Amino acid sequence: MMEFLEMGGYARYVWSSYAIVLVAIVLNIVWARRALKRAQAEARRRVTMRDAA
Amino acid sequence: MAWTWFHRLASPPYVYSLAARLTPWFAWPAALLIVTGLYGGLVVAPPDYQQGEGYRILYVHVPSAWMSLMVYTTMAAAAGIGLVWRMKVAHAVAASCAALGATFTFCALVTGSLWGAPMWGTYWEWDPRLTFELVLLFQFLGYMGLRAAIEDVQRADRVSAVLAVVGVVNVPIIHYSVEWWNSLHQTASVMKLSKPSMPPEMLIPLLMTGLGFTLLFGALLLVRLRAEVLSRERAASWIREVVAGEAARA
Repeated sequence: MMEFLEMGGYARYVWSSYAIVLVAIVLNIVWARRALKRAQAEARRRVTMRDAA
Repeated sequence: MAWTWFHRLASPPYVYSLAARLTPWFAWPAALLIVTGLYGGLVVAPPDYQQGEGYRILYVHVPSAWMSLMVYTTMAAAAGIGLVWRMKVAHAVAASCAALGATFTFCALVTGSLWGAPMWGTYWEWDPRLTFELVLLFQFLGYMGLRAAIEDVQRADRVSAVLAVVGVVNVPIIHYSVEWWNSLHQTASVMKLSKPSMPPEMLIPLLMTGLGFTLLFGALLLVRLRAEVLSRERAASWIREVVAGEAARA
């Protein structure tokens, strides 16, 4: 296990690369979902406002 | 007759519901392929005869770099369709691509830098491949900045589309840079006409992560496209149905 984590002395480079890409993937999923949620909330608000008017 | 699918794709409500239905078909295979591919790359694939374990950066670097080019090409193609056929949905696709492309390009640059440090002895070199990839990052950021600076959506669509289409020249430049110039970056091992110069235990995990990243891009694009389409169609009556449908499901 330790040997696997050490990556033949390249641990620093290999694991930071993987970490950065995984964080980027997670952030992109969060951002995309948040954009959709916001657009849906905004659409809801507009429809309610038009109904009230 | 044969063009009905194309006309339907121009209809925002149709695209909105189609994108919602398609998303899981991209997202779940993407998750499965990325997890399996990264496991294969980290655990199953043998060490490289020259770079030892250090080469395993390949499995995140190469898919990110492929993605940067694929996202740009998609963005430019959608922008071009939007310009030629005045198709709002196509412009929405292009606008949804930019942030995704910027992050994948950033990942390709940073992982490349982290790979270069131990193997080339430097984090950065003004090498053609690296330089043009950096230019690609600025193209994505410039596209986003341009869109953000123009308030009128239709004008933002047209102006940014021209920028996206013109900028596509950089895609073949990046792809062929390692052949055209004497580059520090190694030449292609997979995307070439003869057979890939990699044993299957190394190649299969790479193809899995590559396909996984492509499907992930598809899933993220579909979610962003729905957000984009919804916020553009301010006055449309179908929004009312969408809102009612979402309230019913919640």
